[in-house]
Amino acid sequence: MNGVHDMGGMTCYGRVVREENEPRFHAHWERRVFGMTMLAIGRIDTLDAFRHAIERMDPTHYLSSTYYEHWLAALEILAVEKGLLTPEELASGALRSKGGATEPPLPPEAVRQVVAHGAPCDRNTGRLTPRFAPGDHVKAKNLNPVGHTRLPRYARGKVGVIDRVHGTFVYPDTNAHGSGEQPQPLYCVRFNALELWGPHAPRKDSLRVDLWEDYLEPA
Amino acid sequence: MSAEPGHEHGRHNAPPDPRLEKHHSPEQTQILEERVQKLEALLVAKGLVATETLEALASTYENDIGPMNGARVVARAWTDPAYKQRLLTNATVAIDELGISGLQGEHMVVVENTPSVHNVVVCTLCSCYPWPVLGLPPTWYKMAPYRSRAAIDPRGVLHEFGVDLPESVEVRVWDSSAEIRYMVLPERPQGTAHMSEQELAKLVTRDTMIGVARVEVKS
Repeated sequence: MNGVHDMGGMTCYGRVVREENEPRFHAHWERRVFGMTMLAIGRIDTLDAFRHAIERMDPTHYLSSTYYEHWLAALEILAVEKGLLTPEELASGALRSKGGATEPPLPPEAVRQVVAHGAPCDRNTGRLTPRFAPGDHVKAKNLNPVGHTRLPRYARGKVGVIDRVHGTFVYPDTNAHGSGEQPQPLYCVRFNALELWGPHAPRKDSLRVDLWEDYLEPA
Repeated sequence: MSAEPGHEHGRHNAPPDPRLEKHHSPEQTQILEERVQKLEALLVAKGLVATETLEALASTYENDIGPMNGARVVARAWTDPAYKQRLLTNATVAIDELGISGLQGEHMVVVENTPSVHNVVVCTLCSCYPWPVLGLPPTWYKMAPYRSRAAIDPRGVLHEFGVDLPESVEVRVWDSSAEIRYMVLPERPQGTAHMSEQELAKLVTRDTMIGVARVEVKS
């Protein structure tokens, strides 16, 4: 969706403000949100659906709230949408509904292994033969889907060069919407700054962005 | 760079947007604490989250995972040319050699800064960041000013971080739009030939591996 989250290229937000000796978490609730999101989200929906839930936040709230408020909002949105919790339960904190996890929660002793192994997104199924090769000129399609996409607006309609082929990866545009992983080739595409930002951009500078095959056409 | 008014990259004069300051009042913090407490209780009751596991996970990212991991990778690459070659060819495997792997670093790419190329990493669509090597991202990395301007005006952003690059240096921005996570291999500073790998690792900061700072030798 063409949302406020798609920020690349905007110049209205002012200077970068840094905090010296920033703590990992600024408040107790941030720490809890981090932990419970990491543990619960994969059992409620996909990471892509989680990102899309953040994108669906009210744009003024998105801009005026902190990072872990985004996580909290998305976790609540998905818990309700997937039928796990009701808005009344979220408001009261009192459990009314039946049902829940069919498997026991992750035990603490499993944390080390889960953190170290992660959740790889490359696949050896789906579309395995890449259509493009390094050096090929490609154009990012001018797509404006109302659902989730990882094709930033600044790249749409622009011509770049395949920098490298990453392999076959889960396609977020379908995976965020319960339509399956539909793995397809993922590329790193190089765009000249001049192509993206116009004649005043520094001539030698460039930007690389990872784009799925369905975002691209030959140029 | 053009001298035309309004197109002077690297001279971003807009002040930080006060609407993005995002500090919570004690009352706002209290409301969030209560809301999160309710959600946590519900997720525990539903069997999705175990409190001890949440604690173990948060403490892992507070104590065990951070930029010191990436610094070890950089110092090894500076002192072992064969390792550096492996790191630039297949970063995920080379980083795993040092016992570093996992969540949000399942697919790593390391890009090298040289006298003629300077790399900067951003995620314009959300806040993707290589957790196993750098830990959880700083707030500025997750907020609108950096996410928007690192794409269109990396030199201006670098200037705010105290890094000024001549036009002869190519600036390469890497937008982490997929599940590939990027880390910068910064340049080894002059005057460090006598240093051990452990001493070198102490020089490497988080910001140098995002690409917004140079490694400096403290005098």
